[in-house]
Amino acid sequence: MVGGVLSYRALFNWMQPVVYVPTMLGGPLFQILFFAYIGRASGVESDAFFVVGNAVQVSAMAGIFGVAMTIGGERWTQTLSLVLVSPANRFALFLGRALPLIVNGFVLSSFGFVVGLALLDFELEASVLPALAACVLVTTASCTAFGFIIGSIGLYAREIFVAANLAYIGLLLFCGVNVPLDELPAWMRAISEVLPLTHGIQAARLVADGATLASVDGLILREVLVGVGYAAAAYVLFRAFEAAGRRAASFDNY
Amino acid sequence: MLRALRVIRIGWLLQLKTMARSGFDVLTAIVTPITYASIAFFLYRRGGGAETLLWVSLGAAFMGLWASTLWGAGNTIQRQRSQQTLEFAIAAPTPFLVSLIGTSLASSTVGLYSLVATLVWGRLLFDVPLELEHPILFALSLPAAVLSLGLLGIVMAATLILYRYAWALANMLEYPVWLAAGLLAPIALLPGWVHPISYALAPTWGAKAVRESVLGGSPLTAIGVCLGLAAVYLAIGFVFVQNFERLARERATLALS
Repeated sequence: MVGGVLSYRALFNWMQPVVYVPTMLGGPLFQILFFAYIGRASGVESDAFFVVGNAVQVSAMAGIFGVAMTIGGERWTQTLSLVLVSPANRFALFLGRALPLIVNGFVLSSFGFVVGLALLDFELEASVLPALAACVLVTTASCTAFGFIIGSIGLYAREIFVAANLAYIGLLLFCGVNVPLDELPAWMRAISEVLPLTHGIQAARLVADGATLASVDGLILREVLVGVGYAAAAYVLFRAFEAAGRRAASFDNY
Repeated sequence: MLRALRVIRIGWLLQLKTMARSGFDVLTAIVTPITYASIAFFLYRRGGGAETLLWVSLGAAFMGLWASTLWGAGNTIQRQRSQQTLEFAIAAPTPFLVSLIGTSLASSTVGLYSLVATLVWGRLLFDVPLELEHPILFALSLPAAVLSLGLLGIVMAATLILYRYAWALANMLEYPVWLAAGLLAPIALLPGWVHPISYALAPTWGAKAVRESVLGGSPLTAIGVCLGLAAVYLAIGFVFVQNFERLARERATLALS
């Protein structure tokens, strides 16, 4: 945890309020408004549908871009080789760097809900907040695990932000964030089943509508399983690309 | 004048080549517009007819055009700053505004790809028809839109000369302009206080010109407004560049990245 916090402070030292507010808060604010107005214009679903979908989805910004910037930042500051030559436990490295991003993702999602409450036709009962927070936390964690897949690729490939960008907007299309899942073709629905966000957003929508956490435990469990699956795959990829990066001496390329 | 046009042409060409060699720029330009277009098609096809889908398709195309302009505006000066070439570019005898015009127009030119990609994507996957009501005016509306968007990009890029974190603001401006310009949801749905902002934006009129030349209407007015706005943006860009360049020299902030 100490390593994670220190690395976050070192790698994201440029994330001052003048950057954080427009990118991490301004972006989600207008994303939610944009899709809510498309929803109103197209007559598909209510404001609540778009607020919950996008408020949960913006946590992927921290999870995916945060991880990409963590690996990319180590490369940029020429510290990637030093980190990887150290005998530190890779799993601890992995987890330590994920924790601040999960917290940040949670903050972004919470801000998204506040935007919905303040500016759109969206209401939340205070009683659903703990269950909603649990849905958001699980989804943020699974998004961060997914982000580590991208991050692991960044050990080997330099253009990691291309992958991060594609992954982020791919989630926007596939995971039922703005398009109801039953509107998607079957092959897209099949892909959405194994992506982070899909089940978490479904659970969050039900909870925001008054359902209890127990009644959405199946969806939460599937989101957890998806997250664990990505974390395991990312760990394997991390080790594989670490070995490949050593062979290709590509850690210091940027 | 001829010298300035030559610099603009070379800057435009150089920036086009640079963007064509960047994996990020190329892939983002390919995938982003068709992703947003797909979301819009899925949402609108439930209730909308073929004409609505074409209206959506053209709006989504302008989303890509604006994203490309914005990315270029935010990235060009930032890249020069990090490569430590910004001071040389500003110290050169050629006015910096002239070199900015070429690079900014290149970014919006690349965005034209979005138009083609979105229309082809809509035709192939969502059966969106494409019949031009006014083909000649359509051909006129495209350069007018690119010019006005590109010169709006200069206004934003100019702020980066002085404020090194202005790229963060540029990153944020994607969704608000998509929303205010009525690209996927009509401006009439937005609160009244947003309308004046909408009408001051090049994407509003560029999209209107292209939509009216494709779907029918009188696009000449929108084309004229695009050209008028382009002149206004150029004047604002001139004032911004002059003043921001002077202030950045006084504060010695050009080399800070």
